[in-house]
Amino acid sequence: MPAPQQHRLVFRHIDEPGYTNDLACYLRNGGYEVLRKSVLRKPEELVDEVKKSGLRGRGGAGFPCGVKWSLLDRKSGKPIYLVVNADESEPGTFKDRYIIHNDPHQLIEGIMITCFANKVERTYIYIRGEFPEGARILERAIAEARAANFVGPNILGTSYGCEIYVHRGAGAYICGEETGLIESLEGKRPYPRIKPPYFPAVLGLYQCPTIVNNVETLCHVKHIADRGGDAYSKIGTPNNTGTRILCVSGHVQRPGYYEFEVGKITMGQLLNEVCGGPLPGRRFKAVIPGGSSAKVLKFGERYKGKRKVGAEMVDFDWGLEDVPMDFDSLGMIGSMGGSGGVIVMDDSVSMVEALGNINAFYSHESCGQCTPCREGSLWMKKITGRMVHGAARPEDGALLKSVADQIAGRTICAFGEACAWPTQSFVAKFGDEFKEYHQAKKNPRADGAPELV
Amino acid sequence: MIQPASPDQISVNIDGREIAVPRGTNMIEAARRVGVDVPHYCYHSKLSVVGNCRMCLVEMGMPAVDPATKAPVIDPSTGKQRINWSPRPTIACATNASPGLHIRTTSPMVKDCREGVMEFLLINHPLDCPICDQAGECKLQEQSTGYGRGYSRFIEQKNVKPKRTLLGPRVMLDDERCILCSRCIRFCKEVAKDDVLGFTDRGSFSTLACYPGRKLENNYSLNTVDICPVGALTSTDFRFKMRVWFLRQTNSIDTESSVGANTVVWSREGTVYRITPRQNDGVNDTWMADSGRALYKPVRDPGRLESIRVNGSGATLDAAAKACADLIAAGGVAVVGSGRSSVEEQFLTKKLAEAARARAWLVSRVGEGDGLLISADRNPNVRGALVTGLISELPSAALGPLAALIDSGAVKCIVSVGEELAAAGLSAEQLAKVAVVYLGTHSNATSAAAKIVIPTLTVFEKHGTFVNQQFRIQRFAKAVPGLPGASDDLLVLSKLVAASGGPNLGADVGALWPSIASEVPPLATMTYGNIPDAGLLISGAPWESLEFAEGSGLHFKPATPAAKGASRV
Repeated sequence: MPAPQQHRLVFRHIDEPGYTNDLACYLRNGGYEVLRKSVLRKPEELVDEVKKSGLRGRGGAGFPCGVKWSLLDRKSGKPIYLVVNADESEPGTFKDRYIIHNDPHQLIEGIMITCFANKVERTYIYIRGEFPEGARILERAIAEARAANFVGPNILGTSYGCEIYVHRGAGAYICGEETGLIESLEGKRPYPRIKPPYFPAVLGLYQCPTIVNNVETLCHVKHIADRGGDAYSKIGTPNNTGTRILCVSGHVQRPGYYEFEVGKITMGQLLNEVCGGPLPGRRFKAVIPGGSSAKVLKFGERYKGKRKVGAEMVDFDWGLEDVPMDFDSLGMIGSMGGSGGVIVMDDSVSMVEALGNINAFYSHESCGQCTPCREGSLWMKKITGRMVHGAARPEDGALLKSVADQIAGRTICAFGEACAWPTQSFVAKFGDEFKEYHQAKKNPRADGAPELV
Repeated sequence: MIQPASPDQISVNIDGREIAVPRGTNMIEAARRVGVDVPHYCYHSKLSVVGNCRMCLVEMGMPAVDPATKAPVIDPSTGKQRINWSPRPTIACATNASPGLHIRTTSPMVKDCREGVMEFLLINHPLDCPICDQAGECKLQEQSTGYGRGYSRFIEQKNVKPKRTLLGPRVMLDDERCILCSRCIRFCKEVAKDDVLGFTDRGSFSTLACYPGRKLENNYSLNTVDICPVGALTSTDFRFKMRVWFLRQTNSIDTESSVGANTVVWSREGTVYRITPRQNDGVNDTWMADSGRALYKPVRDPGRLESIRVNGSGATLDAAAKACADLIAAGGVAVVGSGRSSVEEQFLTKKLAEAARARAWLVSRVGEGDGLLISADRNPNVRGALVTGLISELPSAALGPLAALIDSGAVKCIVSVGEELAAAGLSAEQLAKVAVVYLGTHSNATSAAAKIVIPTLTVFEKHGTFVNQQFRIQRFAKAVPGLPGASDDLLVLSKLVAASGGPNLGADVGALWPSIASEVPPLATMTYGNIPDAGLLISGAPWESLEFAEGSGLHFKPATPAAKGASRV
């Protein structure tokens, strides 16, 4: 079956020639009309639309957005905050940066609709420190929007108002974790909080109820408010509604960002047709479907099980190329949809070295608060580092798995799983490479394979 | 599920044992109540919960209910309500009691969690046990023996961090040993209210440090050494001095102020090596001030009085008692007692004053309270003097009226029980004018001017009780023997009393207490032996009109609003 066309909902204007990131251009293209309509409705209606839409978070966890909003403690009398997670740091993910740099007003409109729906009066956009230009662009856009009465007090002739502030991070992946982000926003070290009791919906920023949403998710809110939750839910597939932006990188002919209806494109269609297949003379070996925290999938694997289609349980028997790119399917086959960062590796890649790279990243980014992740991530990095630099032992693969098993599920935040899953899945699926690496080290590299840095 | 005894108690199940606990009790405390030890590092009962060591992971389950009907789901094989055990473990320190909560601490999952966490803590930990002060009282040693895997799989290079950083005058830091539990940071911030410590760097390279330009020098800095589970924070005073398993522990009381912080005196073969706080949730929690810990140092310094002297020549205790009785018989006697004497000594001092038909004086010491564990009254036992009836008014700092009596010739003899009279306000001429009998520990102007000098014991060398600012009577015990030439205060005082015509009273705490109990109404039900280790509150009602100097502190609110903070009398 040929691959479907892209459905550019959020990314509609991203590559449009002549489209600029200023307010005038956005208004020319129908900008802020949805906000105008939305402020005339009841805030509870907008929350309902988002619930009906089935929108799931696009930051990595895929948690239903409407459910997240409905968990807010609205009875405490404390102010409710929205925090926009623009700390796009998941390796392999590069979608939010284009929204911020090329279409910031879409984000701002989505933010204002969200704030109106949840009676938020103050919003903070936490943008990663490595996007200085993005921060400037956002601040300029917010100033333009405020001048045009879309942001600030009494927007669009109503009595509702909301301020948006941009806060720059300083280079830490853990600031993408919602409670780590909140701690950083409060000026402290980004140590994620223990949940219970510190659920952001109850005790978030400054111990007030807080929603933390991803940039892309908030852009989808605009489109849901535009056409209605029911209509939105018809895009994509049941329980995996709407579109999502897949960021394909690695050993494909045409890496880049592609927006498709969730679940309507398979891995094979994406990599072989849309992205042009493997590089000349190469074959696909492995793919990480949802950012480096997701478990790796091996080409040649088959996945069997039962899944819900409509009201029935139906058998599935998939090769990797047959897997639909949606949250549930990827979850069922032992990985996750995550942030949509699809990292493709071909047969020139040594999985041990790839894991070494990933472990180096996680050990560097571990905040250090809790014992398993802090010590375990560095230990795993030291093991793969030792292997890669010449002193591998056949039992190192089993040791890596054992260490990773001691981390996952025992930490304060999901970083424990994030640093353990790559190791667990690489060793589980490519265990032979790990066992034989001490021999393979002596063999020359494949022709044309890039040098190890 | 049993029904708890009272409505505000919640029933939880730990390893199959039911227990009812107050609302808000966490599972480490609940487990302790049924004798189950949940190992932990970062949790401390007096500090906020952070949950970062992950050592207290346990299995948790809640009773299963039908989501629609809320009816309990019964497990057909046992006939009891089914428990849904969570696949992920939970930290016991942050899990508070909720009705029906089930905890397992002995399952294979929990064993694996503990071995995992222990292994992770040990991989970068330096092999310092042979040179580390904490050996013998190290949580890492204890819990790796109890819950660890028992062998190492780590063949990589360990992290290198700064090895001996002086954080402040009394605390030394070894960053490699630090397990980043953050107890010291939380203590300084929450209890000592001196936010001076924090982590720098990230991940496994996280390092404890003082904030730039600051030092850990507040008067509670040594408590961080007590609560540090490993040998990262050590006391510069105790460093490398003695292995803790050689030390004998004796319960005592801090005499720095009327707070009466409970302490433990650690000694070996007659030498005191250090003092640490003893837990008393009604007085000092688990803390004490640094300045109180230094009080053992004068015990063996060269200024100690070592021989009984009468008119400059050596004498026996009986001869000295006779000489004293002669002086007393001549009349015009004043007795200066001490707020640092024990209740028993003050009782005998009162008997002496009665036998000598003398007025009893006390010297007050008032400074500034620090709002925590040092109160404004720097005498530990003024209330003991009130309770025994030695005095009926609060003392004044200077013995002005006594000086006047000396000048007028009304007072010709002073018996001082441990008080340095020059510091208390008597001039050299006045001291020279009277015959002084001095019972004390160290040589000073008064002992030099005294006709009779009888060396006595420090608080570390005798038994006794003090009454603190809460009117709590607390015991202290003898940790080390006194110097050979010094005599027990109670023996000396009882001999003086008898020689001066007073009654024959017991010369040690055991023999003396029946008399105390029979004559001092608030202490009527007590013996030295039956006072609990945490002390006993007695009623302060007879003295509530007095304007005590103490302001608020930990576990203490002054009765009268008039007495607040500093008052220099």
